[in-house]
Amino acid sequence: MSYLSEGTSVRSWLGTTDHKRIGVMYLATTLLTFLAGGLFAMVLRIELLTPGPGLVDAQLYNRLFTLHGMVMVFLFMVPAIPSVFGNFFLPIMVGAKDVAFPRLNLATYWLFVLGIAVALWGMVHGGADTGWTFYAPYSTTTVTALAPVMLGIFIIGMTSVLTGLNFIVTVHSLRAPGLSWGKLPLFVWALYATSVIQVLATPVIGILVLAVFAEVMFGFGLFDPARGGDPILFQHLFWFYSHPVVYLMVLPAFGIVSEVVATFCRRQVFGYKLVAGSTVGIAAVGFFVWGHHMFVSGQSTFDAGIFGALSMLVGVFTAIKVFNWVMTLYKGAVHMTVPFAYACAFLYFLIFGGMTGISLAVVSLDVHWHDTYYVVAHFHFVMVGTVLMAFMAALHYWFPKMFGRMYNESAGYMALVFLFIGFNGTFMPQFMLGNMGMPRRYFQYEEMFRNLNVFSSAGAALLGVGFAIVALYLAIALLNGARATSSPWHSRGYEWRTSSPPPVHNFDGPVVRLNEPHDYHQEDDEEEVARGHA
Amino acid sequence: MLGLPGQASTFAERIDTLNYAIFTVTVLTFAAVCTTMVVFYLRYRRRSERQVTERWHPPMELELAFIGGPLVLFMAWFFIGYRDFVWLHDPPASALDIYVTGKKWMWKYSYPEGPNAVDTLRVPLGRPVRLLITSRDVIHSFYLPAMRVKQDAIPGRYTETWFQATKAGEYPVNCAEYCGLNHSTMIGRIVVMEPADYEDWVTRARAATYAARSDSPGPQPTLAKQGERLALEKGCGRCHTVDGTSHLGPTWRGMYRGEVKLVNGKTIIADEAYLTRSMMDPMADVVAGYAPTMPSFQGQLTAAEVAALLEYIKSLAGGRAL
Repeated sequence: MSYLSEGTSVRSWLGTTDHKRIGVMYLATTLLTFLAGGLFAMVLRIELLTPGPGLVDAQLYNRLFTLHGMVMVFLFMVPAIPSVFGNFFLPIMVGAKDVAFPRLNLATYWLFVLGIAVALWGMVHGGADTGWTFYAPYSTTTVTALAPVMLGIFIIGMTSVLTGLNFIVTVHSLRAPGLSWGKLPLFVWALYATSVIQVLATPVIGILVLAVFAEVMFGFGLFDPARGGDPILFQHLFWFYSHPVVYLMVLPAFGIVSEVVATFCRRQVFGYKLVAGSTVGIAAVGFFVWGHHMFVSGQSTFDAGIFGALSMLVGVFTAIKVFNWVMTLYKGAVHMTVPFAYACAFLYFLIFGGMTGISLAVVSLDVHWHDTYYVVAHFHFVMVGTVLMAFMAALHYWFPKMFGRMYNESAGYMALVFLFIGFNGTFMPQFMLGNMGMPRRYFQYEEMFRNLNVFSSAGAALLGVGFAIVALYLAIALLNGARATSSPWHSRGYEWRTSSPPPVHNFDGPVVRLNEPHDYHQEDDEEEVARGHA
Repeated sequence: MLGLPGQASTFAERIDTLNYAIFTVTVLTFAAVCTTMVVFYLRYRRRSERQVTERWHPPMELELAFIGGPLVLFMAWFFIGYRDFVWLHDPPASALDIYVTGKKWMWKYSYPEGPNAVDTLRVPLGRPVRLLITSRDVIHSFYLPAMRVKQDAIPGRYTETWFQATKAGEYPVNCAEYCGLNHSTMIGRIVVMEPADYEDWVTRARAATYAARSDSPGPQPTLAKQGERLALEKGCGRCHTVDGTSHLGPTWRGMYRGEVKLVNGKTIIADEAYLTRSMMDPMADVVAGYAPTMPSFQGQLTAAEVAALLEYIKSLAGGRAL
């Protein structure tokens, strides 16, 4: 009996400790937050069609970009991949029945919902207008109500830590017999590295959020110079978390692409050890590059040199991955599918997003680009381009496994065309705007920036159409799609060694892991496959 | 090209080439990756659903090339950029100092010769200009796109940057750090003038300030003069002398840009940032040999007053090279 048919009452879902059902609930929740964040972005893009005031006033505009940033970062990008696909597939990949602490997993989900409720209530009710970076002393002196938002983000931060802990313990203690660290799927390596970052970095933003809370509510004077505080200290604390957060979003994305590339090239990813090693490398070095957000804050040239050089290393690790993914096609058996097409789009965005990141780490060039649309375009290429493309790749790759249904492939390609053109149309002009010198978070702008802004808004409209198509055909597939076999892509990844959708306890019998994941170098042993072995 | 505004400073001329170079390499890399993938895709199409692929371990040289190639390239770019960044933090001694204060939502400029200006910054062509930047409320960021120069304005401390204009004309000034409701209209302009025109303007601006104030005869005092009067009002002289003798605090004579030994054993250069910090947070870096008795002037001195005091202390530097 599959996990979906085990009980269909609302209660059997909301109170479940099954990691798969929790993953599906996270999927529903984060898709809603993504929709909200996307709608805010659409209003922003409509407002920016004209240089002067238009649809909304300055105050509302400032609140909307704050909402857009906070919702997308804290409520979607950070939690989405680990809590949806991590929850669903990590235990299956390591051959366990569930995560190490199933009840904690459920509690974490509900804490997450509580955090969203508190943060959203605060954002809509008081309307924070600080930007998602909430720099002091602006954030500690603004008249808008920041405190409930801070509280909500604190709670969501807690859930990151708990999920991270759960994953770390699961990987350490629940691996099936035969599954050594050297055989872990790259997606598991990525989730492991992500979890370590979550556990180590998230407490710092927790401390910061509480400190801002105390400053706003009780006038502590930690960051406001008028009260003897230090605004630069705020930036150090903020970026000490918020830079690793970028890797926290992007590492799981790298893991997904490694799985998808391996499946559709029918080879384990070229240079498995190098790819796994560069994942750990990014996680480690990522902790020591936060100062590259502060090159023009009055930072010493010595600090700028250290932070700049270390940032380059992250670029090197990323380049290693790109080359290895490309080389995986060599002597492989490549076939084009919707998930693989998304992985190719991911590579495109990673090359441009990554190289513009390298150019930003060249400190002299950053002086011109800092806080302009160039930075906006860069991080949207990385966060929206690569992370979202990987999310979509994962959704299309694992959809048959998660729901036991197939979707319409032609509709899938069509949506991807819209999304790809839409992304480029939206963000390519923003690189140009940054070069021209248009600062970010601008409600009004000068006439010379108009054409590129209109172009960008048109791109955003295409993006909206693309996502609407995806929503439509996936909904149809969910209700009406053809039944999926246990491995419709003929993948030899570990998670495909069970039925689609998986049974309640993931496997029908005991699991051993004899071969490496994605071992396409010998014929399938049907008997072993039937027993869920790999 | 690429939308960059016309180059109007020596710094812009230094860095733009690197920008174009990185852009070109990015496009070439993308083209190479794309071509490789298409070739591999056409050559290695899957022939059957359960096709078995041959085991092939990457040779060591290839892996080393994957690591070494980007490492060498990225580090080379980094060092070129870093050299320019250090250059940007080392203003020539002959630079003209102008104080910049950001406040919601305007830029104010104070010239050492006395005049103040709002929104419009006038600078002479061909002469290095050092900007000493602070803020009266929240963090702003002083941004001159045509000069490729940007520096945060932080309340309670001075930051600095410099540029040398290479083309006369008018260019925009923006605030790059989000600062609230009218962030996007916190704009001004910078006017680069022929040196003679600039001198003319300074003279006229001083005279105009004088004409507007019927109660104060004599030419408008320079910033240093204003600082001298302020030091008297605030009672700085109770602890600090200006004649080189030691009193409760270190003397101001020859202090600017001098080396100061601190109680924690470190040595520091007494630049604008240090002097401002000593006024706002005196306990942060106490000079060796003196008791930590100075009160904080946080909230008691406006940004403009700090600028005046700094100019006064600088005027006492004596023969020391600035």
